[in-house]
Amino acid sequence: MTQHKIKLDVTKIRSDFPILSREVNGQPLIYFDSGATAQKPRIVIDTLTNYYLHDNANIHRGVHKLSQDITTKYEEARATIQKHLNAQHIHEIVFTCGATDSINLVAATFGKKFIKAGDEIIVSEMEHHSNILPWQMLCEETGATLKVIPINDAGELKMDEFKSMLSNKVKMVAVTHVSNTLGTINPVKEITALAHAVDACVLIDGAQAVPHMKVDVQNIACDFYCFSAHKIYGPTGVGVLYGKENWLNKLPPYRTGGGTIKSVSFNKTIYADLPLKFEAGTPHIEGGIGLAAAINYVNKIGLDTIAAYEHELMEYATEKLSEINGLRLIGTAKNKASVISFFVDGAHPFDIGTILDKQGIAVRTGHHCTQPLMTCYKIPGTIRVSLAFYNTKEEIKKLIDALNKAIKMLN
Amino acid sequence: MEIEKIEQEIIDEFELFGKDWESKYEHLIELGKSLPIIDPIYKTDDKLIRGCQSRVWLYSEIVNGKINFSADSDAIITKGLVALVIRVLANHTPDEIINAKLNFINAIGLKEHLSPTRANGLVNMIKQMKMDALALKSKISS
Repeated sequence: MTQHKIKLDVTKIRSDFPILSREVNGQPLIYFDSGATAQKPRIVIDTLTNYYLHDNANIHRGVHKLSQDITTKYEEARATIQKHLNAQHIHEIVFTCGATDSINLVAATFGKKFIKAGDEIIVSEMEHHSNILPWQMLCEETGATLKVIPINDAGELKMDEFKSMLSNKVKMVAVTHVSNTLGTINPVKEITALAHAVDACVLIDGAQAVPHMKVDVQNIACDFYCFSAHKIYGPTGVGVLYGKENWLNKLPPYRTGGGTIKSVSFNKTIYADLPLKFEAGTPHIEGGIGLAAAINYVNKIGLDTIAAYEHELMEYATEKLSEINGLRLIGTAKNKASVISFFVDGAHPFDIGTILDKQGIAVRTGHHCTQPLMTCYKIPGTIRVSLAFYNTKEEIKKLIDALNKAIKMLN
Repeated sequence: MEIEKIEQEIIDEFELFGKDWESKYEHLIELGKSLPIIDPIYKTDDKLIRGCQSRVWLYSEIVNGKINFSADSDAIITKGLVALVIRVLANHTPDEIINAKLNFINAIGLKEHLSPTRANGLVNMIKQMKMDALALKSKISS
């Protein structure tokens, strides 16, 4: 089959993102911090505005038209996400507050039901704190042990060590799809198959993957997959937990309250079916609808087109950055997505970040909520350039000039 | 010199830079480089001010009723900011330090470094200097 490569029209795309035309410190904004949160296209902003202007009502409750219409839209949003992730059933899509919330949901409920002293939970050395702390807390509460898959110098998981860690004591393997600090794309399908071979459950943190690549949860075959809307150009405060039907059915409710029940009496409460069992209280309605708008927007451009363009940008930026004396790339995995972390000898990331900011360039500096990883590389933090499809080579050239200026000023 | 007079001196110095961020930051970097190095015996974990992107060490002592500070940071801009605050507060009595408003930081256009999200240590450092002043005050009065 011949694949037609569609070229991405970046000028058109940039015009879809109103914020990109603003200035910062008297300079046109160059936004290289999409890994922290992505900017929003007008269609997402309009969706949120229209919700409050025309559609506001509570879902799943009223007999009146507004409530019914918005319930339909909210459930259509769920269907959009189901289709996007290729989940088998619509009720396998649970709305949460974000990836962090999704992981906490699984750790709390799975932990309550299935984890006991002596069990093992595996995470990796490159995890975001959000995919460490809920498991660490669970281990402290139950007497289970947290095991950590180490990484090699390039920032790739040591798969041989992972294999040797697997046994029937392992009940959960929770790893990231794409590292937020290193950009490494992990072999999640292989990880899932290996974990399933010892009957361990698998959760994949997809927060940094979903904006950059097509994700097919049935193909990965993981039991849980989660992401945040705001990293895929959607609103903040909303996210998704995908869970296989049989697993979600086995888990007890997480937070209880309105919306989660079939019937309540003081003697016995019958909880609602999936996914409402996990969606207590009035949800982030406009957030869910806004997320669907963001997904539709991304799909209109095409994730393959986006991935190809972002890859080209990343290669270009990597090449240009490598030419800078004393600059050390942190994370040089063969398989990488849209994140470049680096450290300049003799210059603290904070100093570089401050001087880049003065030149209108937004990067992230620090430990990126991956302190164990910084300990592993023996550095206080990195400067992280995270790319999105609205960035350009022109912006990367400006980054290089601004970086050279920062280094000159600091020496 | 009174604290507010030193602050005014710094404000006057920084006025020369106007809106030119580059000269301002070059000056901060120079200040950072000229900050007397803290005695290595005080560069220990218990002198480390946590919660910052850059690490800041602070040592405070009282001599003849007035407090001296020495500090260091692994980030040079933070070190420059630290040098400015030390220039203002050092050699004053605990009460003067505790009551200092430090309005000069805003006046010289470096207010952004006081934002708690900035996590660069300046806020925490000022807090620590005032706490040290309080602790040393109670030590001399007891």
